[in-house]
Amino acid sequence: MSLRNDAKIALLLAPAVLVILFLFVGGLVFGILQSVHVNPFAGSLRGMKFDAYRTIFATKTFRVSFFMTFYVAFTATLLTMVLAIATALMLRKTFIGRKLVAFTYQIPIPMPHIVIAVGVLMLLSQSGLIARIFYHLGMISGPGDFPVLVKDQLGTGIIIVYLWKQIPYVGVIVLSILQSIATDYDEVARSLGASRWQSFRHVLLPLIIPGITPASIVCFSFAFGAYEVPFLLGKIRPTMLSVYSYQLYESLELTGRPQALAISVFVALFVMILVIIYQKVIMKAAGRR
Amino acid sequence: MSKVVGRVAGTPKGSAALGNGNGPTAALRRTLLVIVMWGVVVLVILPLIPMIMWAFSERWLFPTIIPESLSLRPWQSAFRAGSNVFPAIQTSLSIAAVVTFISICIGIPAGRALGLYSFRLKTLAQFFILAPSIIPGLAVTMGIHIVFIKLGLSNTVVGVMLVHLVKTIPYMTIALTGVFANYNPEFEEQARTLGANRIRTFFLITLPAIAPGIITGGLFAFIISWSEYIMTVLVGGGRIITMPLLLFSFVGSGDNGMTSALGMIFLIPAIVILVFSAKYLSQNAGSSVNVYGK
Repeated sequence: MSLRNDAKIALLLAPAVLVILFLFVGGLVFGILQSVHVNPFAGSLRGMKFDAYRTIFATKTFRVSFFMTFYVAFTATLLTMVLAIATALMLRKTFIGRKLVAFTYQIPIPMPHIVIAVGVLMLLSQSGLIARIFYHLGMISGPGDFPVLVKDQLGTGIIIVYLWKQIPYVGVIVLSILQSIATDYDEVARSLGASRWQSFRHVLLPLIIPGITPASIVCFSFAFGAYEVPFLLGKIRPTMLSVYSYQLYESLELTGRPQALAISVFVALFVMILVIIYQKVIMKAAGRR
Repeated sequence: MSKVVGRVAGTPKGSAALGNGNGPTAALRRTLLVIVMWGVVVLVILPLIPMIMWAFSERWLFPTIIPESLSLRPWQSAFRAGSNVFPAIQTSLSIAAVVTFISICIGIPAGRALGLYSFRLKTLAQFFILAPSIIPGLAVTMGIHIVFIKLGLSNTVVGVMLVHLVKTIPYMTIALTGVFANYNPEFEEQARTLGANRIRTFFLITLPAIAPGIITGGLFAFIISWSEYIMTVLVGGGRIITMPLLLFSFVGSGDNGMTSALGMIFLIPAIVILVFSAKYLSQNAGSSVNVYGK
């Protein structure tokens, strides 16, 4: 690669790299400094204290929030992957109204999360549309009998919104992987005597998994760090870490901001480390084959 | 609708796998497939139904399934003179338009570098530019907020636009990397040898070739900015009232009618995308949408 070409590529990348460097990396560094009580404008690291982290890790609210956050992100991602593959495989087949189903399947992809969160709230709350239908079917005798699905301890409503949004997003990727495979390897395997399950498990799945690994990372980290949906559909306390962090940020207490940043920095680092480990594991598994 | 149903796209793969048995199990499978697939349609549409009903209702108490009285009250109060809906739409539109335009201008060169060339440190450059789309950004936004207070950019539209770029530039770069990976730069060389300068070559050769990718990616970048809440609240300090802020305040006040009317207005850009991508989908189901993201 010639020097001239290198300079050209550097020039092409410069605007994007500079914006990310100043705003993203800069923002993260200033956030970290604030979490350890360092005045970012003083120009020295004197007075660095880690008490915000110590306080946070010692509180029960944080630990409960952490487990809830992990549970919601993990469940949403796992179910997304399974259901995306299942629905994509079904969409390949011929059936009545396939074209209309294929179009409807993609509707959630551009829809904003917050509108769907509002829709799910009106659908699944104890006086929502589903509860009303249950009442008329005689399955419940009042709003109180309907199971708590939004603003509940387990974040069920939050998970439902993420599934609604993410299954089509991953499903479309699975469909394009299946389309890009020139030969119907699964058909070949079937004609050679493999069972339906064998041809899926040993032929299709190894082709699909590497293609949806980046999407699974995006789904998990988004669900782990997003604010809007848990704010609308989560409990006030315990809640997911992003909402907890912002509550502290806006609190009038002096210790609020460093603690808020300690949580947010923890979330960013936790996801970063998890992504690196996950990619190593996936690459190792791919190398073994 | 029956017309759409009748036109089954192309020859879907795996159709033989389903039809190869003729026994009762095959028939059962086929029935089950139709039921599950139409179940998907119901599940997609379901969360939108109560919102549409609330937007046109006056009173809708438990346990009635259909609103007791229909009314346009939410729409009337949304569009009455002095309503804060119009200014919010205007603010949101102008922020999203500027953010999208800047993202396209920065995303084109970056996407070209990553999609067209191989070079040292490419993986690193790729990871660096994509990092904001993977690492949760609340710490970053709070850090930016602290700096912007010092710089006088907090509580300003410019500050809000800048912070939105953190999300849209990685997205635009991913989308355009995919576009440039399938792009043939030889036509540019031909135009250059025929005497066109760089600017003419870009507008006459490059831009038309990548236009569909730019439009799809741009629409999504627009949606990202249009639906951003927490970044706008933090950096805008609650003074820059965009559509998501207004929607959240109506959710908080418990006015389901207004919330729903606003929610439906909120969906318009997404519907534009669906209409736009449907054109491409009818030619080529599935594969043209892999630039989709969030």
